Amino acid sequence: MTDKRGNDLALSGVNHWFGPTQALDGVSLRIDPGEMVALLGPSGCGKTTLLQIIAGFLQPTEGEVLLDGGRVDHIPANRRRVGMVFQNYALFPHLSVFENVAYGLRARKMPGAAIKAKVAEMLALVKMGHLADRLPSQLSGGQQQRVALARALAIEPGIVLLDEPFSALDKNLRLDMQIEIKGLLKGYGVTSIIVTHDQEEALSMADRIVVMNRGRIEQVGTPDILYDRPATLFVNQFIGHANFLQAALVAPRRVKLEAGIEIDLAEPAPQPVGSAVLVSIRPENIAISGTSAGPTIPVKVRITMPLGAADVIEAVTPNGETVKIHKTRSPASKPIASGTALALSVVDPTGIGIFAAPAGDPASTLHGP
Amino acid sequence: MRMRSEAMTGMLPAMPLAVLFLFSFVVPLLVLIFLSLFRTPQFTEMGFDQYARFVGDGYNLKVLFDTLLLGVEVALIALVLAYPLGLAYVAAPPLGRTIITFLILLPLLTSSVVRTFAWIVILGREGIVNSAMLAFGLWDQPARLLYTWGGMVLALAQIQLPLMALPIINSLMRIDGNLTRAAEGLGASRFRILFTVILPLTLPGAIAGWLLVFAAAVTAFITQTLVGGGRIILMPLYIYQQAMGVQEWPFSAALSLIFTVAVIGIVAAVGAVSRRYMRGVDAA
Repeated sequence: MTDKRGNDLALSGVNHWFGPTQALDGVSLRIDPGEMVALLGPSGCGKTTLLQIIAGFLQPTEGEVLLDGGRVDHIPANRRRVGMVFQNYALFPHLSVFENVAYGLRARKMPGAAIKAKVAEMLALVKMGHLADRLPSQLSGGQQQRVALARALAIEPGIVLLDEPFSALDKNLRLDMQIEIKGLLKGYGVTSIIVTHDQEEALSMADRIVVMNRGRIEQVGTPDILYDRPATLFVNQFIGHANFLQAALVAPRRVKLEAGIEIDLAEPAPQPVGSAVLVSIRPENIAISGTSAGPTIPVKVRITMPLGAADVIEAVTPNGETVKIHKTRSPASKPIASGTALALSVVDPTGIGIFAAPAGDPASTLHGP
Repeated sequence: MRMRSEAMTGMLPAMPLAVLFLFSFVVPLLVLIFLSLFRTPQFTEMGFDQYARFVGDGYNLKVLFDTLLLGVEVALIALVLAYPLGLAYVAAPPLGRTIITFLILLPLLTSSVVRTFAWIVILGREGIVNSAMLAFGLWDQPARLLYTWGGMVLALAQIQLPLMALPIINSLMRIDGNLTRAAEGLGASRFRILFTVILPLTLPGAIAGWLLVFAAAVTAFITQTLVGGGRIILMPLYIYQQAMGVQEWPFSAALSLIFTVAVIGIVAAVGAVSRRYMRGVDAA
């Protein structure tokens, strides 16, 4: 057995229509063997359609799907070696844990002794060996998910697809399972694609994230790149929290906020000088005056929310825009009262994003479809 | 006390049905048991003579056995016919489903006598089957289809088909599409998916349908008698003959009770056996 079990996957110009509705629009993507990629986007963005096409449950209207360089888009799902973990796990309710994991092996007519050994290996991998005789209904959500993963991996797939795998778990268990499954899939060396609408899940699980919106890929990148250098307004808005402030580009490397101050940029903005822009500043990139030199924005605190490690402060600028700020908490610090006047400054100009101001009301555009 | 009065209030709306059930089922059943305990049709002395008479005569046992066999055969044929119908329904687009539902329900909307006469027209000496076979020269002379065991089984299976098809369709509709997709993704052929996923998960519906058709077929007095032409004596006709023909009320009461117990026994046995095979499957 080689170290690299995973296939590489390539999608090239994949289009898909459901009747008159275009679900996927020119999707091209390369995924390396053993890589863990998240398809992230709001519901209806086409990520599930793309997953179904990779699994073989749907044939793309146009375009190619290649596994290890071979075209598979016309091969039915039962003859592709693609493992799938469903959102509701889809364990066979009438079969024991053992038989669920053995299902794909029996379908491949593997001899009985080999099946026994393989199932035992898979159940040991997911630490479920002691529950082999149970029925799925006798398992907890996390246990069902382990069995679903063992079942998908038992057929030695080159690629594993996980469709919203953690959405059915409660919040505490979710993080544990994310850590466990990430470790398992990485250790196993299989290529995996996880579909999710939960940005935290995508950020914590994936090597690279594919952000999708309205059937198109908005940006592909590592979690750091997507967070620090979002290519589009949609990505900036979808991943993490950001403050969007109206501004005008007064020089290639200088913007004037409507809130009052001018900020020097780390890099020249691509937009023409004089155009209206949206300036994105992450809450953690804003400091309350005194900690940083330079021009400050005067604001009034509207509300303070103590969220454990940090206070989240929402404040209003003189021109009526709202700004969220993270302020680290300590037992000694007191929450800032509503109505307090603060002066805000930008900590690091490299963390500022500049986007062309969308036509019409910016707030409505930011919330996507 | 409060709990108790609340429970009583909750049961109040069921009272009319309970009264109806009492007078149309429980009382007649008690009357039947009472009648069966008379030694003679003159209702003079009491004893278990009628039951001894039933067990003592092989003819009686054969009628009972034939009747139960008829139910088993009809229910099995209906089962085999209903699955393709159900699978077609599930696979069909909305319009197709409406049409199939209509075709399934249509027989239920017509009287049992009408449905039975339709089969007489089909199976008769001058009927559609015989005319067609003669016209195409496949048969030299009309075959006897009506008044045969096979004709009766076929007619009953068709007439009772809705009772089988509806629970099976209900079971099929409840299967999570991801289960068949998961099986497909694991490499299973359609054939394997049918036998390892779809059939086991629709077992509750199939058992429910089987029991309904069985119970309906063994008691289908009109169809049994008209398609069987009175030549095949089965329990319902036998009871009718004993009660209305020769006025043997105690014996026909005993026949009725034995028949009832036999049917309930088979229903209970099938239910008990099938429950052992329905591990993890919701009962429909």
